[in-house]
Amino acid sequence: MTSYSWAPGFVAGDRPRIVTSRFEFEDSFTLERYLATGGYAGLRAAIARPAAEVHEEVRSSTLLGRGGAGFPAGVKWGLTPEGVFPRYLVVNGDESEPGTYKDRLLMERDPHQLIEGCLIACYAAGLSRCFLYIRGEMALAQERMATALNDAYAAGYIGKNILGSDFSVDIVLHWGAGAYVVGEETALIESLEGNRGMPRLKPPYFPAAIGLYGKPTIVNNVETLSNLPWIATNGAAAYTAIGTESSPGTRMVAVSGHVKRPGVYEIVNGTTTFRDLLYGEEFCQGIRDDNELKAFVPGGGSAPWFLPDQLDLPFEGRLVGAAGSMLGSGAIMVMDSTTDIPAAALTLTRFYAHESCGKCVPCREGGTWLMRILERVVEGQGTTEDLDLLLEVGGSICPGSMPHAASAELGLEATPFPYRMTTICFVGPSAYVPVHSAITLFPSEFAERVAPARVRTRIPVTAVGSAQ
Amino acid sequence: MTDISENVDTVEITVNGKAIAAKKGEMVIAATDRAGEHIPRFCYHPRMAPVGMCRQCLVEIDTGRGPMLQPSCMVPVAPGMVVDTESETTKRAQEGILELLLANHPLDCPVCDKGGECPLQDQAFSHGPGESRYVEEKRHYEKPIDISPLVKLDRERCILCDRCTRFADEVAGDALIHFVERGNATQVMTYPDEPFSSHFSGNTVQICPVGALTATPYRFKARPWDLEQVDSTCTSCSVGCRISVHSSRDRVLRFQGVDDDDVNWGWLCDRGRFNFESVHADVRVGDPLIRTAPDRLEPTSWSGAMAITADLISAALASAGAESVAVLGGARGTNEDAWAWASLADAIGVERRDAQLDDGLPAGILGMPRATIRDAASAATVVLVAPDLKEEMPILHLRLRHAAVEGNTRIIEFSPTGSGLTKHAWRSIRTPVGATSATVAATLADPEVAAQLASGPVVIVAGRMNLAESADQVMASVQALTAAVPTATVLPALRRGNVVGALMAGLRPKTDDADARSILAAAAQGEIEVLVLVGADPLADLPDADLAHRGLAGAKRVISLDGHLSASSTEFADVVLPAAVMAEKSGTTTNIEGRVSTVTQKVTVHGTARPDWMVAVELASALGHDLGVSSVDDITARLAGAGAVAGSIWQGSVPPGQPVSVGTSAPNGYDMRLVLSRVLYDGAVSTRSSASIAALIGPGGVSMHPLDMEQLGVVAADEVRLSTDRGSIVLGVCPDERLDRGTVWIPIGQNSEDPRLLVGGGAVTDIRIERV
Repeated sequence: MTSYSWAPGFVAGDRPRIVTSRFEFEDSFTLERYLATGGYAGLRAAIARPAAEVHEEVRSSTLLGRGGAGFPAGVKWGLTPEGVFPRYLVVNGDESEPGTYKDRLLMERDPHQLIEGCLIACYAAGLSRCFLYIRGEMALAQERMATALNDAYAAGYIGKNILGSDFSVDIVLHWGAGAYVVGEETALIESLEGNRGMPRLKPPYFPAAIGLYGKPTIVNNVETLSNLPWIATNGAAAYTAIGTESSPGTRMVAVSGHVKRPGVYEIVNGTTTFRDLLYGEEFCQGIRDDNELKAFVPGGGSAPWFLPDQLDLPFEGRLVGAAGSMLGSGAIMVMDSTTDIPAAALTLTRFYAHESCGKCVPCREGGTWLMRILERVVEGQGTTEDLDLLLEVGGSICPGSMPHAASAELGLEATPFPYRMTTICFVGPSAYVPVHSAITLFPSEFAERVAPARVRTRIPVTAVGSAQ
Repeated sequence: MTDISENVDTVEITVNGKAIAAKKGEMVIAATDRAGEHIPRFCYHPRMAPVGMCRQCLVEIDTGRGPMLQPSCMVPVAPGMVVDTESETTKRAQEGILELLLANHPLDCPVCDKGGECPLQDQAFSHGPGESRYVEEKRHYEKPIDISPLVKLDRERCILCDRCTRFADEVAGDALIHFVERGNATQVMTYPDEPFSSHFSGNTVQICPVGALTATPYRFKARPWDLEQVDSTCTSCSVGCRISVHSSRDRVLRFQGVDDDDVNWGWLCDRGRFNFESVHADVRVGDPLIRTAPDRLEPTSWSGAMAITADLISAALASAGAESVAVLGGARGTNEDAWAWASLADAIGVERRDAQLDDGLPAGILGMPRATIRDAASAATVVLVAPDLKEEMPILHLRLRHAAVEGNTRIIEFSPTGSGLTKHAWRSIRTPVGATSATVAATLADPEVAAQLASGPVVIVAGRMNLAESADQVMASVQALTAAVPTATVLPALRRGNVVGALMAGLRPKTDDADARSILAAAAQGEIEVLVLVGADPLADLPDADLAHRGLAGAKRVISLDGHLSASSTEFADVVLPAAVMAEKSGTTTNIEGRVSTVTQKVTVHGTARPDWMVAVELASALGHDLGVSSVDDITARLAGAGAVAGSIWQGSVPPGQPVSVGTSAPNGYDMRLVLSRVLYDGAVSTRSSASIAALIGPGGVSMHPLDMEQLGVVAADEVRLSTDRGSIVLGVCPDERLDRGTVWIPIGQNSEDPRLLVGGGAVTDIRIERV
């Protein structure tokens, strides 16, 4: 049996749990356990009602997308053009954002919850087929999902005339081939179609209008869909009673790095603060070795960094955005006082440079260039000019002002999210974000690393000699 | 491939403070281009779907929510949009992108063919930062690798703009190159062991915005600033693609496609693009030749050769009358050439003439209501009773493919073999050899087909789909179609360069049965005293090779006027007069639509060669007739008076053919029915004498259904003997599931035994196939 990287202290608290309610069971992934713990009740409840009503229920729950952008799921479902069929549901299980591993656990520990969520979404939004795209590296999740699908088919929860109703849906399992960019919804659709995973242009390729095989397509994240059985069972009002009005419910966060107890936690959306999470007894229990917190990434590797100054911000998208970052995929990476900041930035930048699909020039060329310069700086071969160059090259990826956190120590005001970008998708900017955060928030760490600018001899360009 | 000609609704936008009218739905960059505001770009191409790959065309666009940097190739115009292509932000962004593009570019401009005409070079100067801060080691790849016999790829120079790969996929339909690897290691590559063998590969070289793709025939031949260029028209086939002829030091070095909205949209096929090499080929005739012994042609003077020619003709006229003189050919020349030869024939009373060599359709096809390429590409239905256009008229294939894939045109294809358009056809119907028109008639009875034909304009593309089947089958099919759809128009898919112009100018038989076939048959009977071949090579082109041989042998005297030494002239000509070829003469040419366009002289003629018209005028003079012209411009003016005005459609007055009726031919004792047709690279003299594409002439062979092969007990590449009452040849066999059982297909002009030896000129050709 594999051991799981979700926090052992997880079950202790009496916090509301929506998507992780079965995690403490050893056999949480089986159909038996699922049924014994109220499984497929949400589906039964949903298909007993008109689809529009279920859709409205989800809309009024203000369930926010958990993939990174935080767009309300109920609204997303309503964006498909009327009268165009077939339309598809694509489940984005290509969780690859650095630091993020919540969807993997949801698929490994509670695959039936996701299946039920898919079915409810298909019913509510009038989708005839569901494609479940699971990241190529997640072997156990693939295995568990495949087994769960077989069991659910055998039990009549998927397929033709589900539970004796006239509602029919098939779920198609598809495994990725290992590209970060495929987590971007249009690239995922390209990959699903069998093409090279490269983002499509928006417009015109907004998936809701022109998606998989040119048909209207809803792309939802695993965690988003996993919330649906609970909402269908308990109702939108019960859901919005948890959390805050703008960020209701709970959300999964994956904490990694220099905390005493890293892992995945289900927290109350909108009210839990980063301090609660990092220092709370029921969560991470503080920084390792009781070191000082130096910085943390609040929303996946592509989010601008926060300082201890921002610890008291709650998990609320707008507040975090105004403070200069994003909640993104819910991955928190913690760096304590021992962290080599330039090296940490390089680690992230190297990832994004490697994962560039190669489509947009700023990402393809700029990401690698940033990485090369940063390598030089980290190795102590850089100059002050290199630091300017990093920001200049980054400026070709993200023109204009970059979001960053406030720092009392440096006298910095926050610049709110988002940034502007010259690329189609966020991979390009993501290579620059850690560089920018690191240089902006820790200028001294770079200053002590680099030598003064080389003195360059410029040869004036003038006509030399003349034709005889 | 994008149609940039349509859409007339306008939208007003502001560009750099000026109000401009944009076409509804077009991208900002297209509108600014027309307004004369240049936005730098690499991946954008007006004939292909935008991809937003290079990000070079970022400009500030304000759609009411404040100025935002957006790629102008991806943002459609909207009313009230404000575009600033010169703001500081725009400039900073464009400089940034250029710096990134140049980061890994090798900057080997001094040894790069593109240097001097390179969009990257030009735009680095106009929109770049002027200096690079990239001090890291650049990407390294093996210097140019062959991705096809004609195209080399230098991945170090490549900026990954997706132009070639998009072209191959979207426009040509040959998605044989794509990106491999990712991020900084992304490269354009073919499939392993599968070259980019597209008929259209040369276009990728032309649209490559850097020197990454180079064409082997042009590599290291010239620097762009040494090139002189004129616009002209390609006459490799009769589509009439506009080209630009580039030369240096009096040698033609390349052809580039010119974007003509009506015809080729800037594209060329590889045969048309690369057969310029034939202009300077070894087999060119430089001086007049006369036969001094059965196997010996000796150079002589023009005056001597012309005197002999005039003497031969006048002697024939005097002794055996005008019936004993015949003129074959004219389709390789200009309208002016054809006019002069037709006028000469008129003057001396010669009626035996034909610009076709029994490999086309009766001239009456030109008398039917004619369609343009644009008509075809915008028709509701295109009916193909034609050869494989991808092989014979590649750019017409591209236009129709685009119409079917991107537009609303439905293609109904009748073909014995299938074609490059089969997979895009709404209906592709296999026509049994000998039952083409019966199949067409049967299909017309299908209510779904009838409804489709009634749904909008119908264009019939008519051409000789099978050289081993009588042309009557095609004519009867066309007549059946026009009877069913009286408003249908016809686009004649006659293949040879200026065949339409030559027929219209008068080099056509008086009646359909007085054609080349009957002329050669008469010659074989000894009825022809002088046979004049005006750029014609019956030995190579007549489907009935045996008749060609007998006709040439039977003609008392053969005069050949040709640019290259041909099989016919080498073997049979008594006098060979060297002719100027395309790029060596000016005038006009006529394409399948009847569209007249100019051809332009760019280089000095080879040796003492003369244009065909000049020879005709002099010969007329020697025979005592004054054609009344003394320059090519005189003839162009005469032709203009007859309606052949460059840039417009020459309507002419060719009488429509008589109704044709055909039966179906019952099979005889032989097992298989033969389809003979051409492929792109065949034995045509311009292909054979262009080294680069001559190498692409195939090994030849016979294609048949795998089950027929099984029955015969052969596997792929086995040799089989094919026999008819005319002859017998041995060919390698290859399986082709597109064929009906009982039908075999052989391409002509390949490096194999000549399948024309099997053809007897009957309604169909039945053959026997045996294992060897």
